[in-house]
Amino acid sequence: MLDVTGVRKTFNAGTVNEKTALRGVDLHLDDGDFVTVIGGNGAGKSTLLNAIAGVWPVDEGTISIGGVDVTHLAEHKRAKYIGRVFQDPMMGTAASMQIEENLALAARRGQRRTLKRGITARERGEYKEMLKILDLGLEDRLTTKVGLLSGGQRQALTLLMATLRRPDLLLLDEHTAALDPKTAAKVLEATERVVKKDNLTTLMITHNMRDAIDHGNRLIMMFEGKIVLDISGEDKKHLTVEDLLAKFGQTTGSTEADDKLLLG
Amino acid sequence: MNMIQSFFNSLPNAIGQGLIWGVMAIGVYITYKILDIADLTVDGSLTTGGAVCAVLITMGWDPWLALLMAIIAGMLAGLVTGLLHTACGIPAILAGILTQLALYSLNLRIMAIGDTSPTKASLALSPDRNSLLVSSRFVRSLGLNNPLILLILAVAAVIALLYWFFGTELGSSLRATGSNGNMARAQGINTDKTKVLGLVVSNGLVALSGALLAQYSGSNTIDMGRGAIVIGLAAVIIGEVLFKKVFRNFALKLLSAVLGAIIYYMVITLVLRLGLESTDLKLLTAAVVAVFLAIPHFKKKYFTKKAKKGGRSHA
Repeated sequence: MLDVTGVRKTFNAGTVNEKTALRGVDLHLDDGDFVTVIGGNGAGKSTLLNAIAGVWPVDEGTISIGGVDVTHLAEHKRAKYIGRVFQDPMMGTAASMQIEENLALAARRGQRRTLKRGITARERGEYKEMLKILDLGLEDRLTTKVGLLSGGQRQALTLLMATLRRPDLLLLDEHTAALDPKTAAKVLEATERVVKKDNLTTLMITHNMRDAIDHGNRLIMMFEGKIVLDISGEDKKHLTVEDLLAKFGQTTGSTEADDKLLLG
Repeated sequence: MNMIQSFFNSLPNAIGQGLIWGVMAIGVYITYKILDIADLTVDGSLTTGGAVCAVLITMGWDPWLALLMAIIAGMLAGLVTGLLHTACGIPAILAGILTQLALYSLNLRIMAIGDTSPTKASLALSPDRNSLLVSSRFVRSLGLNNPLILLILAVAAVIALLYWFFGTELGSSLRATGSNGNMARAQGINTDKTKVLGLVVSNGLVALSGALLAQYSGSNTIDMGRGAIVIGLAAVIIGEVLFKKVFRNFALKLLSAVLGAIIYYMVITLVLRLGLESTDLKLLTAAVVAVFLAIPHFKKKYFTKKAKKGGRSHA
């Protein structure tokens, strides 16, 4: 479903702030893979997701989604294939627009936007049902401005928007990191549900090793712009936090593989 | 007593001016409030609208057709600013300033079309010689030639059209662009395209306002648009401050910009009667806009302090 080959990215090349964020990343995801991504700060996790989403062009390498080469496709054109939820709850929704308007925008992802009505009566009914499943009491607040919602509500809404039209690839960039533990658990639970239901190919970055182990069928670890660990199948099922720490030490040759390095 | 009487006498004219500038204020509303861009093109495109319309009318064109051409000219100006901003990566404010400056030269040329001199700084229109849609001469008339009738209909048509447009898929994508560009792109919206579209629509309206203004006041001068952006902002801000609580619907929000423009012109008329020179108005307008723009900032500061105090007493 996703093929990343030899992707490299350097920011501010040729200046004192030069930072090589991706040093040749190769990653293949099968249809329906749910991959969790861990790694310390600056390991290149978010950079990898942004490269796939097309926030900026990569320096080298190719990216294809479902067999389509998207390497040179602009961000808004790739959106056709990708659903995204960001770390910052403010980033995924339009605060000054209503809940139903946000959903209607998401429902038209990848389509031509014409002079037809921005939202139809039939859609409203559908959105109401979908919001009911979220169980956040949003189904009666369709015309509320999204800016008035809490961070957790906004993330849950963004998740719904990202998956409203089934994406070929779902990118979750630490989407629960800014939430309190209880809300984070709820949003994660909703994530698990929607990924399972539609059998979505998913890349989820997390800072929480426990979550990385508990969710998905595959786990990758990044270090200094490369994928240094890739565990799937039975190995992933029996993985423990201790294993992960030990493996990290072996792979990177670092003896200081402690929580700090991994959890930032 | 005399002053009050003369103020009331000039009220219809103030309303006429306000309605025309209201169309311009709606244009500013689109860029400033919806797209979150301060577009300085308008200082030039207002005059361009007036110049195109005035030239065509003096050449004997049908005034409606002249109005249409003025709108198209304004839209082209918006297109230039939009492309400078998106395709060339120039910051929006600077892109607007560049277009505005270029339009100054262009406007002088436009006004000289059909004339022997290469450039011209003003054009006169008169309801005696030219066929005009609106003229301030009849602003107190009780007949159908009263310009206020047509102006009110024009404003209503503009608001209705925009209300429809911003409810469409395309219009919604424009609003999303201004609200959150990241979100818009993640949902597949080409934010460069929507920004250009917003600037085109906005400057089309501004040029329409300029075209109406040239006819209404009976002249188009090269300086007509100087500081137009500030007057537009004043109208938007006055309308917002006064009607925010009551006007929540989008159409009413646009209407509040028009009402803001009318109130602005009433106040201007009043201070002129109080003995201010018309050349002092730009100072006054700038001061009013500065104060109103600063209010939210000070409000925020003030309320934050208050919340802290409350928090302590509860702790």
